[in-house]
Amino acid sequence: MAEVTLTIDGQSVKADEGMTILEAANAVGIHIPTLCWDPDLVPYGGCRLCIVQVEGLRGLPPSCTTQVADGMVVITENEEILTTRRLVVRLQLADHPVDCLNCRGNLDCGLQKLSRGLGIYGHGLPPTGREGTQDDSNAVFVRDMSKCVLCARCVRTCHEIVGVGAIELVGRGLGTEPAPFLAKDIRSSSCESCGECVVHCPTGALTFVNPHPVPATEANTVCPFCGTGCGITLGARNGKVVSARGNRDSPVNKGVLCVKGRFGSFEYVNHEDRLTTPMIRKAGELVEASWDEALELVATKLKAVKPSEFGAFTSAKVANEDNYLLQKFTRAVMKTNNIDHCARL
Amino acid sequence: MALPPELGRQDRLEPTEGEKTVNLDQRIQSAKDNWKAEQEGDDVRVYVGSATCGLAAGARGILNQLPGILADLNIEAQIVPVGCIGMCFAEPLVDIQEPGKPRVSYRNVSSEVLPSILEGQLKNGGPPKEWVFGTLGEGHYGELGRLEEMAVLAPQRRIALRNCGWIDPTLLDHYLARDGYVGLQRALGMKPEEVIQEVVDSGLRGRGGGGFPTGLKWSFCRKAKGDQKYLICNADEGDPGAFMDRSVLEGDPHAVLEGMAIAAYAIGASVAYIYIRAEYPLAVQRLLHAMDQMREIGVLGKDLLGSGFDLEIKIKQGAGAFVCGEETALIASIEGQRGMPRPRPPFPANQGLFGKPSNVNNVETLGNVASILREGSKWYSGFGTTESPGTKTFALTGKVNNPGLIEVPMGITLREVVYGVGGGVLDGRPFKAAQTGGPSGGCLPEQFLDMPIEYASLAKAGSIMGSGGLVIMDDLTCTVDIARYFLTFTQNESCGKCTPCRVGTKEMLTILERICDGKGQEGDIELLEELGDSIKKASLCGLGQTAPNPTLTTIKYFREEYEAHIRDHTCPGQTCKALLPVDSEATLVHTGLIRMTADRCDACGKCVEACAVAHSESKDPELAMNEDPLPRPRVRLQPVRGVTVPTSCRHCEAAACVLVCPTGAMAKTGQGGPVLCDDDVCIGCSACVIACPYGVPEAYLEGEKITKCDLCIDRLDKGGIPACVEACPTTCLEWVKR
Ligand SMILES: Cc1cc2nc3c(=O)[nH]c(=O)nc-3n(C[C@H](O)[C@H](O)[C@H](O)COP(=O)(O)O)c2cc1C
Ligand code: SF4
Ligand code: SF4
Ligand code: SF4
Ligand code: SF4
Ligand code: FES
Ligand code: FES
Repeated sequence: MAEVTLTIDGQSVKADEGMTILEAANAVGIHIPTLCWDPDLVPYGGCRLCIVQVEGLRGLPPSCTTQVADGMVVITENEEILTTRRLVVRLQLADHPVDCLNCRGNLDCGLQKLSRGLGIYGHGLPPTGREGTQDDSNAVFVRDMSKCVLCARCVRTCHEIVGVGAIELVGRGLGTEPAPFLAKDIRSSSCESCGECVVHCPTGALTFVNPHPVPATEANTVCPFCGTGCGITLGARNGKVVSARGNRDSPVNKGVLCVKGRFGSFEYVNHEDRLTTPMIRKAGELVEASWDEALELVATKLKAVKPSEFGAFTSAKVANEDNYLLQKFTRAVMKTNNIDHCARL
Repeated sequence: MALPPELGRQDRLEPTEGEKTVNLDQRIQSAKDNWKAEQEGDDVRVYVGSATCGLAAGARGILNQLPGILADLNIEAQIVPVGCIGMCFAEPLVDIQEPGKPRVSYRNVSSEVLPSILEGQLKNGGPPKEWVFGTLGEGHYGELGRLEEMAVLAPQRRIALRNCGWIDPTLLDHYLARDGYVGLQRALGMKPEEVIQEVVDSGLRGRGGGGFPTGLKWSFCRKAKGDQKYLICNADEGDPGAFMDRSVLEGDPHAVLEGMAIAAYAIGASVAYIYIRAEYPLAVQRLLHAMDQMREIGVLGKDLLGSGFDLEIKIKQGAGAFVCGEETALIASIEGQRGMPRPRPPFPANQGLFGKPSNVNNVETLGNVASILREGSKWYSGFGTTESPGTKTFALTGKVNNPGLIEVPMGITLREVVYGVGGGVLDGRPFKAAQTGGPSGGCLPEQFLDMPIEYASLAKAGSIMGSGGLVIMDDLTCTVDIARYFLTFTQNESCGKCTPCRVGTKEMLTILERICDGKGQEGDIELLEELGDSIKKASLCGLGQTAPNPTLTTIKYFREEYEAHIRDHTCPGQTCKALLPVDSEATLVHTGLIRMTADRCDACGKCVEACAVAHSESKDPELAMNEDPLPRPRVRLQPVRGVTVPTSCRHCEAAACVLVCPTGAMAKTGQGGPVLCDDDVCIGCSACVIACPYGVPEAYLEGEKITKCDLCIDRLDKGGIPACVEACPTTCLEWVKR
């Protein structure tokens, strides 16, 4: 890829062609505030916080959508830019409920960070009083659109990452909001409750019904639910697993999880009904056994059957590698083709 | 007229390809011969203005009855339905042309007087003067004045509208007879780059609002790399009160299509789209019909006129959102996405429709192109000024005597438009301001009356050329209220994507509303300026970038009016209800209002039924059901936030519908009185339908007329109360005397 050289705040910066100004600035440690920008999504250019000045371009173009060019001269901060950014945040605040202490997004909120970062204390504008749709029809997350900043990250996530397209921006003017497409609430929409939109929402507009506590330690593992093998990061506290999130470094899912991985991947770990050792039925009763004892028993029994008497059935919840091994075992060791799979349609 | 030799292209063609060209030349020649024969023949011809505006004003009735009337009078005549000539205030317009004489134009003709007019001119030795408007065309008819020499037409120069009102838009031969497709023929004989140069030399600039040099824009798209390119004709026309593009499409569809073919050839686009609002059914019909005719003569489809250039044109109907006129939102809409703009760069010229290089042009821009190619760039740049060559159409509305569609050379002064073409301010009142550019433009006070209308001078004054809305205001208009009106529109139409526009325009509106309500505070004017300034800078698309203009210019030029509202609690324009002296209500006509209490509505529908009956012929519930047309209710049950409530007209003090109505049909009957639509004057342009923030006026009879709540004025006259109130069983609707 061709390299270009541009000047950002007086500093000469090299960047790849096709990069945005924001990316080029971030790469050299120049911070530009953002709200609708999300590294996982196609740039949108809606919130207008990342505005900068570019010599030769009219007005204040957003750095998250404007691509670098050779010889470009960019200013990321001056009085005019700051005043305009502050006004944008003040407008957001005038359009936002004053309820931070009761908000699930408190202390993890993009709007709070922005106003603190820009030094805004009080917006001095008439509050818009927008009410916003309240939707608690979903079992795992709540939608409080009065807190929505219209960054459309949820909508874009659902379209671009999840590929479901359950939500879309509807309405015009101040009444615009993300809403379940062609449905009255999120539960009656095509939403798959993956929660990916909640993860990408910068404010308290989308929050989980049961937010995970902050873990003391975290460990990377693989989601136990299906053969896809998504990378998952489990968090523990007091010896118990308390949280799960997608592992961004996993090449399989790049941090994305589905409803099972996000909400069902660890609660059974500490469940009282969970089997923690092999069980062998002795005199009609299931009794705990050691692995050696159990494997020994299975081997003895398998040795006793003829190939035609043996059959194996495996599952889509098992990894590809395990499925491969079982069919190898069936064919090479048990010498039969009696192998089948639940997903063979 | 034969083709000037330099314009013909037979000599440059291979013989086999030449055949088709010869056919077009022959076709043009025979069309001209027919036209000449028609003009010079022995037939009397009766022209009826039959665009949407004319039809609405009564031309449909006239067209229906004309054959019968002619038969009764024993007159042989040819009936020619023509497009809009722009003089909406005089509709229905009927012209009678005797062989070898100019057309005699009659204004505001009704079916009742038509027989006397026909008999007068054709049997009793001369046009009956009391109905004559003037003559149209070459030559004189006795003493009658020539419209072309009168103030209303004299300053006008018609290029985009050159055929409107002259030809029958459904007849290809009429278009050809006026040198149709000669421009395309010439263009196809040139290199695309030469065509672009011709347009660059003409100085044509985009008429859709931005004013970007058209030839330059074409060259960007031509130079962009791409296997497929698109040309898009922007016929969204969403400015409240604007109808220039519709008139061209209805009155001369081929002119736009020819312009499109030339533009497509120049940029190298084999597919073109027309993005047109669904509210323009007649224009769509005319375009489809014209496209069939184009195929007949080989100027659409494969291998246009043997040039090897292919072109397909597709029509995409939009759902009528103002922002969908913005080019990137328009492109998203054609792609099937929500109509929301996206940041530029990348510009459509590089990455447009389906990610391919695309060029978006306005209807009127393209409507000028064929003439430029036919007559040459020198000819075109001879009109207007050096900075802004050519002409511009305007939809002239507001408090002016001759509202309608006009086309004037650039550089004309506002005074010439208002007092010449416009016939002066209504009722002889003083001129206060003119709003150009609709909701994106500015309000220009008296001091600009002698400023030339061109891009640079308008921008300098804080306004824009815009697409051609031109609203004239008299001293009884409140400029704060005007700013409030336009911001209501832009806030409602904001797509919601970017914060400054979505929230910022709402903030400005809230402040303007409180000023109009007499609750303005010290500092409000400065806050409006601060907000306006930042919204202009920070918004994503032109809608937000221009939304503060009406407010900022009214503050700039009428600051004392804002101060009067805030400090003295008075409204100098005598418009803002909350600020009027109480005794002015003594002159009220009907001082009552319908009060609606939402939680009392049982959604029983009695109000709707009673309203329909009250507005029926028979006024009888049984008989009304069998009437044709069915009587229409003026109140609707509408779901609002989960409950169903009756909604009808609020009879607003400064009603949006009244402001945009180009004919004065929609009018407020006195302070505090109802807003009524005069059916006889209404031309069905549907400007009020678009403008009303509550969705009250409805078009009916195929868009020819408007219905809306009339507060049951006839029942009030007899001392009664509105029918819906009387019928409401739950006191959800109540009649409140004021
Ligand atoms: C909010 C908004 C609405 C617009 N509406 C229209 C429209 O209705 N018709 C139009 O031709 N251009 C409209 N434009 C301008 C278009 O974006 C574009 O500039 C124009 O179609 C280009 O054509 P031109 O160069 O021939 O003027 C609008 C722009 C904005 C920002
Ligand atoms: S979303 Fe953020 S700013 Fe809004 S209430 Fe919650 S914590 Fe406060
Ligand atoms: S939970 Fe998943 S499927 Fe549902 S709206 Fe959010 S992203 Fe789309
Ligand atoms: S719900 Fe959250 S992610 Fe979606 S638009 Fe609103 S603030 Fe953005
Ligand atoms: S300026 Fe307004 S209409 Fe344009 S993108 Fe922003 S919100 Fe949408
Ligand atoms: S971060 Fe660039 S516009 Fe929102
Ligand atoms: S006049 Fe009543 S809403 Fe338009």
